[in-house]
Amino acid sequence: MNFSPVDIMIFGVICLLGVGFYTLLFKRNLIKLVIALQILVKGVMLAIIGAGLISNRINLAQSLVITVIVADTIVAVIGMALAVQVRRQLGTLDVAELSKLRG
Amino acid sequence: MLYALLMLLSIIFAIMAVKAKGLIASALWLAGVSAMVAVLFYLLGARQVAVVELSVGAGLVTVLFVFAISIAGEEPGVLKSLVPAWLGGALILLMVGLFTWFTIPGSMTTIPSTEPPFITVFWQERGLDMVVQVTLIFAGVLGLIGLLAEVKSPLKHSVAEAITAKRDLELDQMGQPELEKETV
Repeated sequence: MNFSPVDIMIFGVICLLGVGFYTLLFKRNLIKLVIALQILVKGVMLAIIGAGLISNRINLAQSLVITVIVADTIVAVIGMALAVQVRRQLGTLDVAELSKLRG
Repeated sequence: MLYALLMLLSIIFAIMAVKAKGLIASALWLAGVSAMVAVLFYLLGARQVAVVELSVGAGLVTVLFVFAISIAGEEPGVLKSLVPAWLGGALILLMVGLFTWFTIPGSMTTIPSTEPPFITVFWQERGLDMVVQVTLIFAGVLGLIGLLAEVKSPLKHSVAEAITAKRDLELDQMGQPELEKETV
């Protein structure tokens, strides 16, 4: 069978999203969760570029992806700041320990 | 086929990033994913995005991760997941199935259209995005303050203090013979 680049990209997007959701569900380390978000967003960026290729509007897709990259970096920064502060206050990176915060 | 190889490499790197024992190794595998995705972007014709992705995704984010991990420290041991395996597996299968169902049967015919150049689209059609980006960068600066903020006593008797004290001691011991030589 002969696959076009866009077909391969859609397959890759599905795999990257699967890996990202798996990590979000099954890992408990806060920094691992931020890494999972990064993997998810990389899949989404590939999907947007693929959509731009299909609809022949690659420049619009590029503009959107640049905004996504900026937002994604900020999300990573704030997620890591949260993880560092949780580590300082509770001495652990475990998500389950966060239930101790319940007033 | 080059596209398939790059896509496969990025998926393998993503799985390695998830499965890696150490957090630093995980961050470095993530940089690998980012680099592979950037090469894919370049080959598919999205040149500007490829450059931004390679410098921000593989460069800046990796540095930030290594920095945050060096502050927060490694978490020893592998924690058991809270979600039961069957429920998580079913949810992921449902997600992948839905995505495939919505995507694959669609007609993948390219629509012919003329498009203005990248600069016009980026600065004029999507000009409002710039405002959003400036706001986001401001939020990011506030987040960095949170990352750098010092609590009065972060971790008492931390390993870092012990290592620093030991290194200072060794440096003192190494420094003395040289001084003797110089004086002779």
